[in-house]
Amino acid sequence: MSAAPDPAAPDPATPESDAAPAGPLLPELAYNFAYLDEQTKRMIRRAILKAIAIPGYQVPFAAREMPMPYGWGTGGVQVTAAVLGPDDVLKVIDQGADDTTNAVAIRGFFEKTAGVATTTRTSEASVIQTRHRIPEQPLTERQILVYQVPIPEPLRFLEPRETETRQLHALAEYGLVHVKLYEDIARHGHIATTYAYPVEVAGRYVMDPSPIPKFDNPKMDDCPALQLFGAGREKRIYAIPPHTRVRSLDFDDHPFRVQRFAEPCAMCGARGVYLDEVILDDRGGRMFVCSDTDHCETRQAEGHHGGMWGGAPGAAA
Amino acid sequence: MPDISFESATPSYVPAAGFGDPVFGAQAAFRAVMWALSRPGRPEPLPVDLVPPAPLSAEAAAVVLALCDHETPLWLDPALAAAPEVAAFLRFHTGAPLVAEPGAARFAIVSNPLDMLDFSVFAAGSPDYPDASATLVLQLDGFTPQAPAARALRLEGPGVEGALAFAAGPLPADIAARLAGNRALFPRGVDLILTAPGAVAGLPRSVVAREA
Ligand SMILES: [Zn+2]
Repeated sequence: MSAAPDPAAPDPATPESDAAPAGPLLPELAYNFAYLDEQTKRMIRRAILKAIAIPGYQVPFAAREMPMPYGWGTGGVQVTAAVLGPDDVLKVIDQGADDTTNAVAIRGFFEKTAGVATTTRTSEASVIQTRHRIPEQPLTERQILVYQVPIPEPLRFLEPRETETRQLHALAEYGLVHVKLYEDIARHGHIATTYAYPVEVAGRYVMDPSPIPKFDNPKMDDCPALQLFGAGREKRIYAIPPHTRVRSLDFDDHPFRVQRFAEPCAMCGARGVYLDEVILDDRGGRMFVCSDTDHCETRQAEGHHGGMWGGAPGAAA
Repeated sequence: MPDISFESATPSYVPAAGFGDPVFGAQAAFRAVMWALSRPGRPEPLPVDLVPPAPLSAEAAAVVLALCDHETPLWLDPALAAAPEVAAFLRFHTGAPLVAEPGAARFAIVSNPLDMLDFSVFAAGSPDYPDASATLVLQLDGFTPQAPAARALRLEGPGVEGALAFAAGPLPADIAARLAGNRALFPRGVDLILTAPGAVAGLPRSVVAREA
């Protein structure tokens, strides 16, 4: 073997532009398994265990530089790298889709550095790294959902000082969050926050669920899977153990409600799922389709069809 | 008292081997511990391929080798501290500083749980940083009511679906009261990793335990 690649080289950030196949087959010792060195993994693993023991509390950790920009989910990548083993099957989604640049790059990164199997099927994955969605298919006991988190502190926009937010968490003093939600009601007549909607975990810590749509919030409650959250830039890890009470904050006279969609998915006909608007032409034509591409494709393969299936508007039965 | 030093007492000691494969051995042990703490009272299989010096058990050794390094002061209970080979083994494989003062430890190994010190002597973290707390690794005989000095507990809380019956031994007769005292400190507190032959179970500070 000639000179080993520099593990700090930023190559994996752009695997698609790389003509070489993203196979598992780097020269031995070129990377440590899953990129991170063992000492870094131990440090992250200890942070994960404390996060699990204190549900919803943000554990500080010494985040490492990763060979990709912060906006690409370096916190989630580090958490995934620390938990991943050779027998894992990894799925990576970005806003529900497996095929975006970000998801493809992260999947390629772990294929390359850990040689793990990857999948787009929610049911086949043992570890799912996600940016901004929870899969539609209910998660199961042995699965780990790793969230990429840009801003972990639910109080950050209300109180910029870290020493102050730590104190507020220590005292469980969450009046500010309620005031913010109540201002929504005063201004809009309802709670207008639709993403990163704050939750209370196990009756104690208020937590930012990352910018998932509030539609997904109920999926966090009593979820059989383990949910781990990694914020790279802000160097925080937090967790929701399986079967933990997760309550979206609300008021007696303004109870928490998820978004509802008037139409079913135009491709697979699913109702009760989160839909994205797709612009069809410049004359205002549009349709709504599942944000979760695996869920939509699985349903179509099972014979479920929506109004735009096959590309023919109005052709559905 | 500063760190205990055994170096002069064991000049020619060659420590027993650690994990057969340090990367995957550590990963597998971590994953078992991760699930154990995620689902309190549900023992996870913990296969081990190392043979540490007595009275350190293979399972406790696997947990500590997977998680400890120079950043984690480690405390040994008197039975372990009395065996210089144990200290040499742990220093060699982890680089963790061994501390005589339990309050200074981030990890502690308890080989004789019946004589376990009160949880309150270990670091419980601060209100601002409750994670700055000790993790106690206990060496037990088994996770059944038939284990010697087994205590039966009823568990609830995060990670437990409804309620769960859990038995493990040997544990002190007042373990339920000790766990309740620890829970009363939440979010401060210590976290327990219980090991037994071939398995590991977790009792994180979040668990609500009652005598069953
Ligand atoms: Zn669909």
